[in-house]
Amino acid sequence: MRDSTPLESGMSNQATTVNGLSESRASQAGAPVNTDAASLARRVARFAFQDRWFERITGSFAALVLLAMFGIIGSLIYQSLPVFQKFGLGFITSATWSPSDDVFGAGIAVFGTLVTSAIAMLIAVPISFGIALFLTETCPLWLRRPLGTAIELLAGVPSIIYGIWGLFVLAPLLQQYVQPLLIKTGLPLFAGPPLGVGIFTAGVVLALMVIPFTASVMRDVFDTVPPVLKESAYGIGCTTWEVVSNIVMPYTRVGVIGGVMLGLGRALGETMAVTFVIGNANRLSASLFAPGNSIASTLANEFAEADPVLHVPALFALGLILFVITFIVLALSKWLVARASTRAGV
Amino acid sequence: MSDLTMSAAGAGIYRRRQLANILGLTFSAVSVLIGLIGLLWILWTLASNGLAALTPDFFLKNTPAPGSGDGGMANAIVGSLMIVGFATLISTPIGILAGVYLAEFGKQSRFGIATRFFVDIMLSAPSIVVGLFVFAFAVATVKHFSGWAGSLALSLIAIPVVVRTTENMLNLVPGSLREAAFALGTPRWKVSLAVTLRAVRGGVVTGVLLAVARMIGETAPLLFTALNNQFFSTDMSRPMANLPVVIYNFAMSPYEDWQKLAWGGAALIAIVVLAINIIARVAFSSKTQS
Repeated sequence: MRDSTPLESGMSNQATTVNGLSESRASQAGAPVNTDAASLARRVARFAFQDRWFERITGSFAALVLLAMFGIIGSLIYQSLPVFQKFGLGFITSATWSPSDDVFGAGIAVFGTLVTSAIAMLIAVPISFGIALFLTETCPLWLRRPLGTAIELLAGVPSIIYGIWGLFVLAPLLQQYVQPLLIKTGLPLFAGPPLGVGIFTAGVVLALMVIPFTASVMRDVFDTVPPVLKESAYGIGCTTWEVVSNIVMPYTRVGVIGGVMLGLGRALGETMAVTFVIGNANRLSASLFAPGNSIASTLANEFAEADPVLHVPALFALGLILFVITFIVLALSKWLVARASTRAGV
Repeated sequence: MSDLTMSAAGAGIYRRRQLANILGLTFSAVSVLIGLIGLLWILWTLASNGLAALTPDFFLKNTPAPGSGDGGMANAIVGSLMIVGFATLISTPIGILAGVYLAEFGKQSRFGIATRFFVDIMLSAPSIVVGLFVFAFAVATVKHFSGWAGSLALSLIAIPVVVRTTENMLNLVPGSLREAAFALGTPRWKVSLAVTLRAVRGGVVTGVLLAVARMIGETAPLLFTALNNQFFSTDMSRPMANLPVVIYNFAMSPYEDWQKLAWGGAALIAIVVLAINIIARVAFSSKTQS
């Protein structure tokens, strides 16, 4: 379609150089005996020409995608340069974030991101594992498809839904029932007033959000175990649990870790589910119940009103840190999942 | 059987194995219950709080001033439709053609492998970072927020989804189909567009639908690209109201009527996203990407 315009103009000089075949055909075509061969040669040349352009055009779109990726990395680095020039690499760990004094450090946000994701994974991994186990081993066959589909559908629910639910339903509930109980334990982790919103609540909402996703990845990985292996284990009298812990888990370990890291990658960069409930306070606190901030929530809250001189570059620098962290996690998970699936293919 | 009496130790081991099995399976069943209850709970609160807000006014009136009582989301709904619509128009051709390249030409080449790797990263990369990039690229340069910037940000989210589904679908086409077309002397571009892509068009449409579903609920990249607009506007070169950002602003506000509208918006988005997902699955029930 697109290549029809350059076709006519380019044909004359392309036809002779396309490939050996068309050249030899073209030379034959000079003889009056075979006009068919001449038209055939022209057609072959035209096809070759079109195909080359087809490859170039589709290739340029692939290049565009690649370019966008480098554009993202490049713009993050470029825009955050002023901050790294002013504060150096100490920016990453410094725990002062004070837009009014033009002093910026990523410490609070990085801490919030890592802690909320850690809480989320602590809750989500065992539950997702249990769900995947149920779906592949004990679930009755008729329930397997509907349940699996339901989980996949829930993995597609937008994160803003989880956020609004966390803010209006979960946070008051945790504030009223769960947090007072945990505060009574006296641990410094659970100190302070039960506010409802805070790092802990953000972790719980995040966990609910990644469960469907991790569970469906884990189920797919569990499905790669050859039935023969499981059947032989069952054949010598293993219980379901023994099959899972001695056959399925060792066989799928790499893939499961990859799936968990994929979920972690999502949790680290999640914005809306966290922003609603994390409390948005630029303070560092040992208590999980204190309000905090993650990288994504800081960006969501402050970017639109940020001062372009240093505040915006500081936010870009936060974005860069987030991107580097998730890039490493995702690349690692992709490598692990690929390794697991090549093994399954053998 | 009766003379094969188990020793006491054997019986103990047997009981321990049974117990471990029961504990393990109970744990598994409990996690399914926790997962299902949590998720049903979310859907239920969404239905009970949101559906009541979905009155005719919700679709016909613009976002209200705080406390004024009556208002709707007409401007946000139209804004969302336009932003997502244009993003779909941008991302579909780019995604499909890039996917065709990866499946037909870029299987082994270093360029193909690199592109595939980065597309996979972009699939799960934080969407807010995409917003940052588009801000630097399309907002900071023209000095104002715009609907176009929002569309651009969303299309960057959608392209990887379309690329990957297209490529996966094309890889499922049996080699014999391609060979049969080649044997007829069909040029390669025609084989790609008229034979293989056509054979998997259901799957590709599924990919586009899933991408649309993902864009509809995507909030973070719109926060500082399309921003928001109190008024009705169809001018894509100006800041534009859109459902996710309005939901976010209204839910975080202290005004009850705003919060109610936010619930309505959330319910609307959830219904649309679930419906698209279900249509994509039912109508084109061939194997989709996981």
